[in-house]
Amino acid sequence: MADEKEKETSELLVADMQRKIKEAFEVFDHELNNTVDVREIGTIIRSLGCCPNEGELHDLLAEVEEEEPTGYIRFEKFLPVMTNILLERRYRPIPEEVLLRAFEVLDPTKRGYLSKEELIKYMTEEGEPFSQEEMEEMLSAAIGPESNFIHYRDYITMMVIDEN
Amino acid sequence: MGCGSSSIKIRKSAKTIRAALIIQNWYRGYRARLKTRQRYALTIFQSIEYADEQGQLQLSNFFSFMLENYVHIQEKDPTLVNRLFGCAPLDDRGRQECVGIIEIPDSYIGPRLQFPLNSNSLNVMIEAFKQQQILHAYYVLEILFETKEAMKQMPNFNHIRTCPTKEITICGDLHGKLEDLLLIFTKNGLPSGYNPYVFNGDFVDRGKCSIEILMILFVSFLLYGDDLCLNRGNHEDFLMNMRYGFTKEVLSKYKIHGKKILQVLEEVFAWLPLGTIIDDEILIMHGGISESTDLNLLHHIERNKMKSVLMPPVPVDKDVGTETKKTKGYMPRGVKLSGSPSDYLTKHEWEQVIDILWSDPRGKRGCYPNTSRGGGCYFGPDVTTKFLNKNRLKLLIRSHECKPEGYEVCHDGKVITVFSASNYYEEGSNRGAYIKVGFSTNLRFFQYQVTKATCLGPLHQRVNTIESSAIRILKERIISRKTDLIHSFQLQDRTKSGKISMGQWAFSMENVLGLNLPWRSLSSHLVLTDQDGNIDYMTCFHDIHIQKPVKEAQSALIETLYRYRSDLQIIFNVIDSDHSGLISMEEFHSMWKLFCSHYNLHIGDSQVDELAERMDLNKDGSIDFNEFLKAFYVVHQLDNLHKSKTQLA
Repeated sequence: MADEKEKETSELLVADMQRKIKEAFEVFDHELNNTVDVREIGTIIRSLGCCPNEGELHDLLAEVEEEEPTGYIRFEKFLPVMTNILLERRYRPIPEEVLLRAFEVLDPTKRGYLSKEELIKYMTEEGEPFSQEEMEEMLSAAIGPESNFIHYRDYITMMVIDEN
Repeated sequence: MGCGSSSIKIRKSAKTIRAALIIQNWYRGYRARLKTRQRYALTIFQSIEYADEQGQLQLSNFFSFMLENYVHIQEKDPTLVNRLFGCAPLDDRGRQECVGIIEIPDSYIGPRLQFPLNSNSLNVMIEAFKQQQILHAYYVLEILFETKEAMKQMPNFNHIRTCPTKEITICGDLHGKLEDLLLIFTKNGLPSGYNPYVFNGDFVDRGKCSIEILMILFVSFLLYGDDLCLNRGNHEDFLMNMRYGFTKEVLSKYKIHGKKILQVLEEVFAWLPLGTIIDDEILIMHGGISESTDLNLLHHIERNKMKSVLMPPVPVDKDVGTETKKTKGYMPRGVKLSGSPSDYLTKHEWEQVIDILWSDPRGKRGCYPNTSRGGGCYFGPDVTTKFLNKNRLKLLIRSHECKPEGYEVCHDGKVITVFSASNYYEEGSNRGAYIKVGFSTNLRFFQYQVTKATCLGPLHQRVNTIESSAIRILKERIISRKTDLIHSFQLQDRTKSGKISMGQWAFSMENVLGLNLPWRSLSSHLVLTDQDGNIDYMTCFHDIHIQKPVKEAQSALIETLYRYRSDLQIIFNVIDSDHSGLISMEEFHSMWKLFCSHYNLHIGDSQVDELAERMDLNKDGSIDFNEFLKAFYVVHQLDNLHKSKTQLA
């Protein structure tokens, strides 16, 4: 029956998806006891292709933490939550054009670039501010040590190629 | 708010906030994926490293097996047996004969040292090493003999105390990375009576400057004795050195006297203390503990009897029969040992030492065999607590495992791992660290990373480097098991379509290679997947192959020889007791037969003989085995270079 076959396929898909989640989790499970440090959860979720923002991440953590937070997240709690996220296709990544337009908003006079100071100000004072480490890393990739400008179109293109 | 504001005007509006959010969100996702790729690469490096260690232990089993069955050695060369089973040290007369005859030519431009040594000697040496000069063998040997004499006086455990004006610095594995040691000295000062150090083993192997590190550490030890504590690591072991590069480094830097140096080093290593205890509270050992670790016993064993931790011990009664030919721990029948059974450690003592040098802490409670490495065990937080309480200790500091941040605290703060070789696997793989212990046991952690450039490259570049390096060595592993992999794939490919599911592919890979890796996530680097998500498994082998030294040779044979390259090299080096680099066809033949039997390989003898002959090796009936083995290497098709030699040691 077509229905049964469909059901079987989707079961297989879920099973495969769950194994992928397990792999991503295990890589951060240093003690090999099916737990990871809570600070790595954001990285794990993002490594599976999802892009929650910090606020959404905070809410997700509440779902996977123990009633009395221990600093560790157990796989048994993480798996169902993550499976749903993937099945419902939540927190989809940002398309390139949207990203480009965001940069253009910050560059209203359409120079094609942002100055280092401008980028730092926006990233560390607006939205969900970067930590110093995040800011430094972004800068090291975006501009050379001598330059002071980020040509955002080129930057985006470079990052996208690298990811693929 | 007002003072210090910059001249940049920021337009605060809902639009800008949204834009900033988008960019931040995207960047965080990108960064997370980079970090994950970095983590995957490290996992690959580590799995392969541990699998090799297992291979090393398997090899030591082979040595026992070989000696039992390899008749020629026993008759011709009893010293080989003693070499492997650890006996007959060089005495003082040996020293005179060894060093006394060496002359330093006027043309030598390296550092010249005065004996007795003083702090200036240390400075002179360090400056010379920075210029990449090589210390003359005469000085090396003198230092080694002096060190051996001094170390003989040391107990099995160093005892050292902090005081209000002196902090003790603890460093972990260095593995021949001189730049890291020099960086530590720059940040933290040279060793001295006011600046005590503990070095927790694994000074050698893998890096390029192991001998220089040893020289610095030994000279410091000779100068500052009580304030420079050296602990033995699992790599301070001549059998490990044969596989992991130190033996090769010494022989290539010291072409004439290298063998003598290695011989004396064997003894120096065996005399290294097993650990250090600070203030009777902090225990520092290289690996870890097991549930049966008996500190009392360890304080009293004769540590110098353990030349190599990998060679099995001798039973108390040497006349025990050998019906159990393949059991570890029994001497081959009819082999004459010089000395009596009391010259060797008992099996129990041997196990105690292997546990403290090879074990790793884990989160799971209890104690169970360390299956990744093949030696020592995994010990849980309960084992730690029990051990520390029993011995009235507060903390265990150990090394032995590479950590991305250079150090890691576990078991509720009771166990700390410190690892001092940054970029251990590859440029950008990890930081190094050292710990400073002050009065009243307060601890401070320091991290660093050696880099060739003046500033660290951007994250994505670093990640690309280690990722491609890791994938490369993984592919070499894959190609060395091609036949078995294809067999496994085909078993699952019922329809003979050339395709299997992701799950099936991951299963085969894990099973055949014996590596616990995130195969699904790595699949995109290793195979081609079709739009239904199925894997075209033959694409595993597409852009890489083993260079055939002779066109007609069978692939399966080549693959086997490639896979066991390291083991064969070690075996040949051990058999070749006159260090000529040559073994006879006869020796090669018998050894190969044994090897196949022990490792369960089904390669016909004639195939190998034919190959050896075809390779136009010395036609006088002997084989230059180094040349023989060099001929097997992997070609990565996508390399810009035409040939790429793999270095397994």
